[in-house]
Amino acid sequence: MISPGTIPLFVAVPLAGAFLTALLRRVKGLPDALGVMTTVGTFAMSIFAVLSLLPGQRMLLDIGSWGPLADMGRIVGIQLALDGLSTFMLVVVNFIAFVVAVYSINYMARFTSKELFYTLFLLMVAGMNGVIITGDLFNLFVFVEIASLASYALVAFGTGKRELEAAFKYAVMGGVGSLLVLLGIILLYGNTGTLNMADMSRWLAGHPGSEALRNLVIGLFVAGFGLKAALVPFHAWLPDAHPSAPAPISAMLSGVLIKSLGVYALCRLIFNVFGITPQLSSLLMTLGALSMSIGVVLALRQWDMKRLLAYHSISQIGYIILGIGIGTPLGILGGLFHLFNHSIFKSLLFLDAGAVEYSAGTRNLKELGGLSRRMPVTSWTTLSASMSIAGVPPFSGFWSKLIIIMACVDRGLWFLASVTVLVSILTLASFMKIMRYGFLGMLKDAFAKVSEVPAFMRIALVVLALVCILGGLLLLPPFKDGFLGQAVSVLLAGRGV
Amino acid sequence: MTLIVRTVTRLTIGLILLYGLYIVLHGHLTPGGGFAGGVIVALSFINLTLAFGGKTSAGVFSGESAHLVEALGAIMFLALALLGLQWGGFFDNFIHADGEPGMLVSAGIIPLANIAILLKVGAGIFSIFLALIVVQNFEEGDRQ
Amino acid sequence: MNETMPYILCMILFCIGIYAMLAKRNLIRIIIGLSIAEYAVNLFLILVAYKSGGQAPIFDDRAMPPTSMVDPLPHALVLTSIVIGLATTAFMIALAIRLYGKYGTFDITRMRELRG
Repeated sequence: MISPGTIPLFVAVPLAGAFLTALLRRVKGLPDALGVMTTVGTFAMSIFAVLSLLPGQRMLLDIGSWGPLADMGRIVGIQLALDGLSTFMLVVVNFIAFVVAVYSINYMARFTSKELFYTLFLLMVAGMNGVIITGDLFNLFVFVEIASLASYALVAFGTGKRELEAAFKYAVMGGVGSLLVLLGIILLYGNTGTLNMADMSRWLAGHPGSEALRNLVIGLFVAGFGLKAALVPFHAWLPDAHPSAPAPISAMLSGVLIKSLGVYALCRLIFNVFGITPQLSSLLMTLGALSMSIGVVLALRQWDMKRLLAYHSISQIGYIILGIGIGTPLGILGGLFHLFNHSIFKSLLFLDAGAVEYSAGTRNLKELGGLSRRMPVTSWTTLSASMSIAGVPPFSGFWSKLIIIMACVDRGLWFLASVTVLVSILTLASFMKIMRYGFLGMLKDAFAKVSEVPAFMRIALVVLALVCILGGLLLLPPFKDGFLGQAVSVLLAGRGV
Repeated sequence: MTLIVRTVTRLTIGLILLYGLYIVLHGHLTPGGGFAGGVIVALSFINLTLAFGGKTSAGVFSGESAHLVEALGAIMFLALALLGLQWGGFFDNFIHADGEPGMLVSAGIIPLANIAILLKVGAGIFSIFLALIVVQNFEEGDRQ
Repeated sequence: MNETMPYILCMILFCIGIYAMLAKRNLIRIIIGLSIAEYAVNLFLILVAYKSGGQAPIFDDRAMPPTSMVDPLPHALVLTSIVIGLATTAFMIALAIRLYGKYGTFDITRMRELRG
């Protein structure tokens, strides 16, 4: 099964795949095969990691065998760590990466230089995996930058006017976010003298120190990682960047990048390094509630399908941060389960929008109509994803939203609970709009000849839709203890471990 | 470009290349290492392109070969890291050839890692330069 | 005051970079602003490593004991950060060149295709 020596393979395998694709790019069909094989490999490894990690265990690997210093016990090398939360995120990231890699075999055939796409895509996957498995703060920053740079290039992949403008805006704002994170890391290093996250949390727990410095650093991290996660008020790049990217990349960006780089890094730092306090909890809940409401309200007037989905991404990230910010076991369970569900159904929705664009040539809901007759797989999968995001039982989204609302009520936050329910109703309204204007109704003459999407795209859509429908089963006791329960207990364990 | 630039370039290109290689190979003894040496080696090719034009420089080291060399450098670095897994840990310094500190042959895999970084960075910066000049000016006259 | 002067100047440099990103309309000036801000953060990292009366962290004949050398770890971090800054700048300049080809201008107030 999994041993500490195989932890770096999560980064090494996609990296090797990326550069082999760059090397052998003239061989026909090889980039597709390499892309799918590497993502299958990392997905299989992440499943092994979940199955073989004992409850509460944390596997550590010292890179280069630089162990802790004998006399002082301080950690000098870079450590890679694998615990319940990391394996949970690894499964999410690599599953979506695998499905998207299968989908891109057909979709990216319409673009030139498909091999460059797979190189950048595998680099992004390597960066995201690296963020999840690292235990060192500067290493986290480096992997965040690798994944971000790859994603800037992928947003600009179509090289049309809008793609370039969106990519420039995304690059500048992402650059500022990284600068804020780096500033925070420097201040923390100057204060504690170490870069290892476990060591740092022990030091911070042991030395009370300067409150002002810690609040400054937390503010910088919330701003920097919040910008990566598209929390309000740092969300302005997302509605331009996500629609302009090619559909598989929109799915990766909305589905896993903003979660791995933004939400996971922020939660790891706030819960396991600094320790959650009531003020931090209210900050997270406020940001979450703001994101939820503003995202869903701004989505109501969108007629471009992908731009509507992008605004809903902002809203659903608000749900996740609200759930995790509540801080109780129920809240964190709801937040992490919603993270899992949102990756699945948001990727599915973006892949569906891509399928509509592939076949019908347009994304504007005012021009579409009646596609369900000619594209049955796409319309059924869009229906299941829409039911899931709106929170209709028994789809997966219903269970996670219910747990978040229960956690709010548990803490006596009636106002927040009612805001959550209201946002859910507005989400349902937006997705009824998509179904009615896009798929139901009369088939317009321009689309009389559209056909269903090719085989690989169909497989990807159906697999994701199945997980949407069956996702609620993850709450059953055998699955919950091993998978979600581990992640929740790592966050609850707090710092100084 | 004028005659003066061309003559001086012809004389100094080899020296710049050699200097870059010197900085890379002594990376574990003197400041510098893979990245700085890679930039200097890339500069020698950029010098060639600026002085003699794209066609001549493509005959010596084209964009295609730059792409290949870049990928090779990255794969070599990754192979060094994974080979360390065999004998020690990930990225372990597995060559224990007992050189003394201060000699050229010492410090295990670090010189090899420097050479891998030289390949990657040199070819990478040259590719960046080519990507920036291949989109021609839209209103000025043609350059070479 | 003498000890904190470099830090204050470094933060002023950072603010100049952020100001350039916010207030300028030319694409190239925005990129330059981002680069200035990045160099300011790198400078701050080197300043954190400094120790008064410290020496370069190299072991040779005239070396002082290690506790009075400057901290070598941030120097390695700065090297990485400079490379990341280079890659970001190169990418954004390539984008700016392409944008000039599509729109005919570097002015960002003319690039308003995505709105709403």
